[in-house]
Amino acid sequence: MLLRLVPQETNIKFMKARYFGFVLSLLAIIASIGLFAVNGLNYGIDFRGGISIEIGMEDGGDVPLADVRRIVGGLDLGDVQVQEFGGASEALIRIERQPGDARAQTNAMSSVRAALSEEIPAVSFRQENVVGPKVSGELKRDGTIAVAVAVFAVLVYIWFRFEWQFGLGAVVALVHDVLLTVGFFSVTQLDFNLSIIAALLTIVGYSLNDTVVVYDRVRENIRRYRKMPMEDLLNLSLNQTLGRTLMTSTTTLLALFALFFFGGPVIQGFTAAMIWGVVIGTYSSVLVAVPLLLQMNVKRESLLPVDDEKDPTVDKTRTGNPFEHI
Amino acid sequence: MLTFPRWKKLFILLVCLGGILTALPNFLTEEQRSELPAMMPSDTLSLGLDLQGGVHLLLEAETDDVVDTKLKNLAEQVRDIRKSVAHLNFRNIRISGTSVTFEVTRDEYIERAREELLPITQTTTGGVNPLLGGGVQEVTLEREGRKFTLNLTPEGINVQKRDAVARAMEVIRRRVDPNGTREITVQREGDDRIVLQVPGEDDPEALKRIIQTAAKLTFHDVVTDLSQQDMQRGRLGAGVSLLPLKEGGMIAIRDRVIVDGADLTNAQPSFDQNGRPAVSFTFNTSGARKFGNHTRANIGRPFAIALDEVVISAPTIQSAILGGSGIITGAGDVTETQELATLLKAGALPIPLEVLEQRTVGPDLGADSIAAGEWAAVIGFVGVIIFMTVSYGLFGIAANIALVVNLILIMGALSLFGATLTLPGIAGIVLTIGMAVDANVLVFERIREEQNAGAKPFTAMEQGYGQAFSTIMDANITTFIAAALLYVLGSGPVQGFAVTLGVGIVTSIFTAVVLTRFFLASWVTRARPEKLPI
Repeated sequence: MLLRLVPQETNIKFMKARYFGFVLSLLAIIASIGLFAVNGLNYGIDFRGGISIEIGMEDGGDVPLADVRRIVGGLDLGDVQVQEFGGASEALIRIERQPGDARAQTNAMSSVRAALSEEIPAVSFRQENVVGPKVSGELKRDGTIAVAVAVFAVLVYIWFRFEWQFGLGAVVALVHDVLLTVGFFSVTQLDFNLSIIAALLTIVGYSLNDTVVVYDRVRENIRRYRKMPMEDLLNLSLNQTLGRTLMTSTTTLLALFALFFFGGPVIQGFTAAMIWGVVIGTYSSVLVAVPLLLQMNVKRESLLPVDDEKDPTVDKTRTGNPFEHI
Repeated sequence: MLTFPRWKKLFILLVCLGGILTALPNFLTEEQRSELPAMMPSDTLSLGLDLQGGVHLLLEAETDDVVDTKLKNLAEQVRDIRKSVAHLNFRNIRISGTSVTFEVTRDEYIERAREELLPITQTTTGGVNPLLGGGVQEVTLEREGRKFTLNLTPEGINVQKRDAVARAMEVIRRRVDPNGTREITVQREGDDRIVLQVPGEDDPEALKRIIQTAAKLTFHDVVTDLSQQDMQRGRLGAGVSLLPLKEGGMIAIRDRVIVDGADLTNAQPSFDQNGRPAVSFTFNTSGARKFGNHTRANIGRPFAIALDEVVISAPTIQSAILGGSGIITGAGDVTETQELATLLKAGALPIPLEVLEQRTVGPDLGADSIAAGEWAAVIGFVGVIIFMTVSYGLFGIAANIALVVNLILIMGALSLFGATLTLPGIAGIVLTIGMAVDANVLVFERIREEQNAGAKPFTAMEQGYGQAFSTIMDANITTFIAAALLYVLGSGPVQGFAVTLGVGIVTSIFTAVVLTRFFLASWVTRARPEKLPI
């Protein structure tokens, strides 16, 4: 007997829960924006400029955090944070952006390096990053543009493939996912760096993947069941794709959890964002993107072919498939 | 659609074989790789700096200096003409904005001046890449009464700047990797930025010292007839400057460069006759001639050797030096002369460089990251394989085989493209493992559905693959859009992630749709089951 995550035939009335979903999402979005406004994000040096240094000990012992704090703190470099990094044998030192240009940053880096090597001879420098004020500003701008462009590109694609209501629904779901992820980073105060932008864009891709699969089924059903009320039709589509939705989320999460627990501290923030994004993305596909179609009153006429024989977008269900020979 | 024509089978076989062949070198030792037949691919994945350790620097060239230098040269050329051409005189030679202005002292000089200045306006920039500068006029000449203006054209300035950045890149390469063995990367980013990556380097300070020194070596005539008072008051006269001496104090020299480091063909650390560390150098023919002429005409007078506007020594000319070689003393100890020799051999940096971003990864961290990434990949992989098998049985096994092939194809494709594997790149692969089975999940769920609706095995399979395909395409295209944007807009490690994600999407469509269908169709046609075990 094979494992089934959900029974073959489910008949969950997702649409009944749509107001619950809307309210929940709205509250979550408001909370995210509020948190972002109040707490802000813990921007990493990629976006803020400054210095981060990851140190360890050559003998593999524990890093003497107190000593490190004292030594680096004594260099008069402004705000310095020293914390454990993935265990006691490593530490992360973060130093705020030094006033002045890029040279001020690299000079500060040199002095930290020199001071630490002198007082703690066994220290090993595992990773050092120095980002000047000019670059950090650009990275922040480019990151924001990347996410915005991605959302827009997706809107265009869905519009092209479906109808405007679908495009709008998908983008609302996307923006929802991105905002909640920003909220997640605001709550956890995890380091928000360049790789998180990568995670955000991947979440955009994944969430969309999920939404598109369900939308595809909705379109197919609209053409097949021409008399079925829209609410039932959307429920049916969601139930039909529920098995797949959960299977894929599970396999993806399996891979992500493996990365989270065994991939090392460097990419933990990235995987944490992805895990959150997959969960949120799955939720938003089911309880945001599809119910929105009902709210927006999708006209089934616009999706029905004028002439089944000539329209290439028609799913010629029983007579073959346009992609058959690929 | 469940029957496969021969060409299609052949195609599938070829793709898989190609993947295995291109991925293979990654699993061989260097020795085994060198024994591969020449026609087999031997490229491996190159590891990013975050995995192998090293220094990454983002440098910005201060290209404004290019204009300054160019203007000074122009003014110098004008002075040269005044000096060398009889019956011609200029006054009020001034630099303002991007132009040099001056006046001829008499109206009858105008024609002559125009003739003499014409060659300057005809110079076009060749530079490192002649394609860039082909036919761009650098300087234009205007006249208003007696007043002449030499303007630098914006196009000319641009070409100059680009050219300077290109030359700086070449100098960096020669300085950091004089023997060409270190696999460093020097890349231009945007107009005036340079990315330098040095694998295996763990001392960013030394690296920065090497690349940021201008190492501009110039030989000047020393002005000896100035009184101490004049020097202190700065009454130096035209074309004379005060430069600091390395051992302390100041010295007055003529700005005019007798010969400079650009004419050097070789420089080596050595010792002078008193056993002090020195750098011996050799000029090329033109440098030897210039130096020879000057020394012959100025026996008994001192000349100054300046490095980056600091005079390191000012020896007196004992005799004409015609052989084109000599030594420089006073540069410092043995380490300093060695460094200076390398710098001189690599040439002067045409423009100052500022470090905007500096990232260093120690070798231990790189190794740890690789180990962690492999671990995560193995665990994620095993987890997904088990899960697919218990969920879809025989079909799941087919999907798993496809997954293995997919990983091989990803590795092969990345090796083939010479892509760089970064830590986020590994994350991309692990993520692909999770998402690659999505296509199969879509197909299998569809087959189940069709079978439950009463379809016979053949029809269920056909419908499953057929119906799921457009969904799979839609879903993957959207993710691909995200990956492409990441690649275009991202930088460094993020691009590494985008590449593996994008490649993974393409290969996974092949393995999950084409390959599994091939397996399962072969099985169904042979076993002819009553019902599909799904």
